[in-house]
This record gives sequence, structure tokens and C-alpha cells, in this order.
Amino acid sequence: MNLYKFSSPVTFYPLAGKMWPWFAALAGIFTVAGLYLGLFVAPVDYQQGEVYRILYIHVPASVIGMFIYLVMAVYGVLALTLNTRLSAMMMEALAPTGALLTVLALWTGSLWGRPTWGTYWVWDARITSTLLLVFLYVGYLALTHAIEDKRRADKAGALLVIVSSINVPIIYFSVKWWNTLHQGSSVSLAGNAIASPAMRWGLLLMTLACWMYAIAMTLVRVRAVIRERESDAAWMADAGGSKS
Amino acid sequence: MNWAEFFSMGGRGFYVWGSYGAFALAIVTEIILLRARIRRTAMQNKEGRQ
Repeated sequence: MNLYKFSSPVTFYPLAGKMWPWFAALAGIFTVAGLYLGLFVAPVDYQQGEVYRILYIHVPASVIGMFIYLVMAVYGVLALTLNTRLSAMMMEALAPTGALLTVLALWTGSLWGRPTWGTYWVWDARITSTLLLVFLYVGYLALTHAIEDKRRADKAGALLVIVSSINVPIIYFSVKWWNTLHQGSSVSLAGNAIASPAMRWGLLLMTLACWMYAIAMTLVRVRAVIRERESDAAWMADAGGSKS
Repeated sequence: MNWAEFFSMGGRGFYVWGSYGAFALAIVTEIILLRARIRRTAMQNKEGRQ
């Protein structure tokens, strides 16, 4: 199989169009199942009380918000080395969803922290580096939109994301490297903090749902980006342009 | 379990529903904004071709 084929917008555009409804459907199914388990079946946490149920959305938002930045960095390397057109488009398509999920991670974490730690916000290593990730997403979007020449904008954006992606492992390991208020893995699948199977499955399903949502949104958005950038290309008119 | 009990979340309803509500609102907003972007491009591309 020629993988290069899929790095071309011409082949990826219809493929993304075929794939996104499946990911959206899976996101819906996993959300319903995950919410049912997390909110109705899973027992109350004996230490945190009912407020622990925020973690069913806080953990997926945090994990995927971080991971999307790493995916963007990989596409950034591809964009700079192989000069594939689709890579920069994927970066542009991924960034808004990544930024949104990271903001939601902070928001839900804040609402969880108030009743649990007694404060909405604390400048500890994990929370501060997560806030930095939000600024990096916003910075990437601002930078690429500020540069008129698309090719230069893509190169600058790719470079910014590659260099600053070092922040993601910093967020991840911050709870080990520094003495943070944010606990490590209070809901780790391996740990025993999440004792009941309903809790574990609820969290797993909500994380999968968030994955599927992020993929579906990225596929829809990359099609929008392709339409915006390739509106003059002949193949776009053949593909029905805006319609399909 | 009755619904009033469910929504009160052991007195932590503000925090729990404040989180879930914001999440739902954010997703709906993202979808609406993306749809608007697609519609905008569709109109521009149409004008461009004519």
C-alpha cells in the first residue's frame, strides 16, 4: 500500500468524508454508555464523594488535549521534512479541538478542585504547565493566521509546535518531578483508587468517546481546510466543491 | 434513586453540573462554529467559480 497516496489532499478529502460519520457515531454510543455507567451505575467515591464524577470528563479532556499537541508535532515534522501539503492542513484542523479540550480540562479541574482541595486554582507544576499548553495552542493559531503567506505560516507554525511540544511530557511527568498539589493517578486504571468495574469502564468509555469525538471533528475540519485552501484546484470542482 | 437526589449530587451539584454543562456547551459551540466555517467557505467558493 502506498501511504504517500493518503498524504495528498485529493485522496484524503473523500476518505475523511467517508470516515467521520463512523467516528461521530462511535463517539455518541460511547458517551451514552460511559455516562450511564459513570453517573448512574458507578458508586460514590468514599473519599471524594459525588464530586469525583467530574473525573469522567476531566481525565479524557486532559489526556486528549495533551495528545493532540503531540500529534500536531508529528505532523509538524512531516510538514518540514517531507513537505506534504496535508500535514500542515491536519495541524490546522487539530488545533481548535485540542485547545478546547485543554481549556475544558482546566475548567473541570477547577470545579473539582474547589470542593476537593478547597481552591479553584493553584499555581502548581501540572496546572501551570497545562495553562501554558492553552497559550501554546492559541499561539499556534494566532501565528499561522497572522502570516499572510500560507507556506511561511505553515512552516512557522510547525516549528513552534515541534519546539514547544516538550511541554507535553513536562505536564505528564510534572506530578512525579515536582511536589504538586495535583495528585498523580488517583484514577489510574492500574491503581486501586478506582475500585469498582463500573468506575473503570465508565472512565474508559468516556475516554474512548472523547477520542472518537476529536477524530470526527478533525476529519470534518480538515475537509473544511482543504476546501478553503484548494478552492482553485481543478479536482475540487470535480469533487463537487462545497457539496460533497 | 430519585431525580432530585441525582441532581443534587450529594450537595455538589454546582460543581458536577457546572463541569458537565460547560463541556456540553463547548462541544455544541465547536460544532456550530465549524458548520458556520463550512458554510462560509461554500459560499466563497461558489462566488469564486461564477
